[in-house]
Amino acid sequence: MIQFNNVAKTFRKARVLDGISLNIGIGERVALIGSNGAGKTTLIRCLLGEYTFDGSVSINGLDPRSHRTAVLGKIGFVPQLPPPLKMPVGQLIEFSASLCGTDPQRIHAIARRLGLDLEAILTRQFVRLSGGMKQKLLISIALGRDAQVLVMDEPAANLDPEARKIFFDLLAERLNDATMIISSHRLDEVSALVNRVIEMDMGKVVLDDKVADDVSLTGTVSCRILLKRFEPAFAKALDGWRIAPVDEKQLEWRGEIAGPDRLRFLGIVSRYTALVADLSLAEC
Amino acid sequence: MKQLWLTAKLDIVESLRARWFQIYTLVFGGIVALLFVFGLTESRVLGFIGLSRLLVTYIQLTMAILPIFVLITTVRSVAGDREAGVFEYLLSLPVSLSAWFWGKIVGRYIVVFAPVFLAMLGAVIWATIVGIEVPWDMFGYYTALLAVMAMCFLGIGMLISSVARTTDMAQGAAFMVWLVLLLFLDLILLGVMIQGKIAPELAITLALANPLQVFRTAALALFDPQLIVLGPSAYVILDLFGAAGYKVFALAYPALLGLLSATAGYFLFRRGDLP
Repeated sequence: MIQFNNVAKTFRKARVLDGISLNIGIGERVALIGSNGAGKTTLIRCLLGEYTFDGSVSINGLDPRSHRTAVLGKIGFVPQLPPPLKMPVGQLIEFSASLCGTDPQRIHAIARRLGLDLEAILTRQFVRLSGGMKQKLLISIALGRDAQVLVMDEPAANLDPEARKIFFDLLAERLNDATMIISSHRLDEVSALVNRVIEMDMGKVVLDDKVADDVSLTGTVSCRILLKRFEPAFAKALDGWRIAPVDEKQLEWRGEIAGPDRLRFLGIVSRYTALVADLSLAEC
Repeated sequence: MKQLWLTAKLDIVESLRARWFQIYTLVFGGIVALLFVFGLTESRVLGFIGLSRLLVTYIQLTMAILPIFVLITTVRSVAGDREAGVFEYLLSLPVSLSAWFWGKIVGRYIVVFAPVFLAMLGAVIWATIVGIEVPWDMFGYYTALLAVMAMCFLGIGMLISSVARTTDMAQGAAFMVWLVLLLFLDLILLGVMIQGKIAPELAITLALANPLQVFRTAALALFDPQLIVLGPSAYVILDLFGAAGYKVFALAYPALLGLLSATAGYFLFRRGDLP
């Protein structure tokens, strides 16, 4: 479906992509990982036909540069940094929906599921929204159409755990009909979402591996944490994950987290390891 | 076509909310208001009185302000959008590059021309209300001149935006272009000629190639058809074009220059990296 054939990109004298060759099939969910400057964003921009480069990229046999509208009509893109658009939210939705040939109500519906009260912000400038709201809106625009390829650059970085859970549900609904490329500089952010990991470094692919995708995108994990003593900072962190105390001394905490988020959650808990007397996670 | 209008509409909405547009509108609306307030319609210069006098002054001021304003705001917003990641996102949507580029130009053109024209139209409407005679021929030609002026400098601005990769570079280049055009206005050319460094034919060719000078001469020609204030170069211009011919040249040449610059900008934009 997506083919990168010996793709190389040089900015002045710096070689940012160095002969990348990849083949990504239908239904694959690819984690594109690597440190800053590894070439992930450049590779995505080549895929979107935004950069000129040596070699070739094709999606369903079409070059994204010379067949822009046909190719990009099938790609939903969520950038890492939301663009500073001054236009009102309503117009951004109308503009995107009109170009993509989709019903704006589909975008509205997804935004509502992500917890975004669109009616209240339709006339507000996009640039004036909070980071999380911008991210939810861009995800809604990407998912609110029949995209065959979803390209997402750190898509869930600004989302709260509840919105992340819904985001995973939305992705799960597209598992059978979309190829996903999810870029991140940390594997733990995206590991549970993907079935293939491509690691880049210095413009080259240094790892290309299939991974077991036993984790259900829609599943949840029941969590119980026993603390040695109460610590306000940790309590605040747990509250953010909607994990609540069940006793008066606030030493035992229980709650549910999204299945794909378990590694991320453990990352948060690891900061307070000394406080944790007991921890258990069980798939619901 | 639908994509082009969508892009144009998008650019109009973005511009209407930008601070530069508010200042731009205030400047031109303010000029007309001030000219009325200071009673310019009552004063007489070179036989001009009433609205003719006001329009002559307005176009002189516009010629001084509009080019640099259009150049700087165009390159700032286009190069700024590219730097800030606006292009990365909006060009990931299925819009053709031609619709995007020309749509931006159409939208920007409307936004740039509308305040200048509306200020002049406001003056005409006010003059009609208070019973001042409206010189319709002059109003028509000045409107065309302003339309062409906006087109010319917008085209040059889009070309600079396509070439320059950063906002700073684009702004610097736009300022340099304006400065060069300013330096080659007739007075400086005259100075160079007096020093005997260049042939008169070359000086006049340079003057005719400079859109700023072309506008200036065309505006002068309306109240000084023999171009007496220009001195000997008036003979060359009038011999070459004739009075009516020069009026047409003053519209056709800058329009063509703007269009060619925009087209060159489009091909450069299409050929290179978009964000």
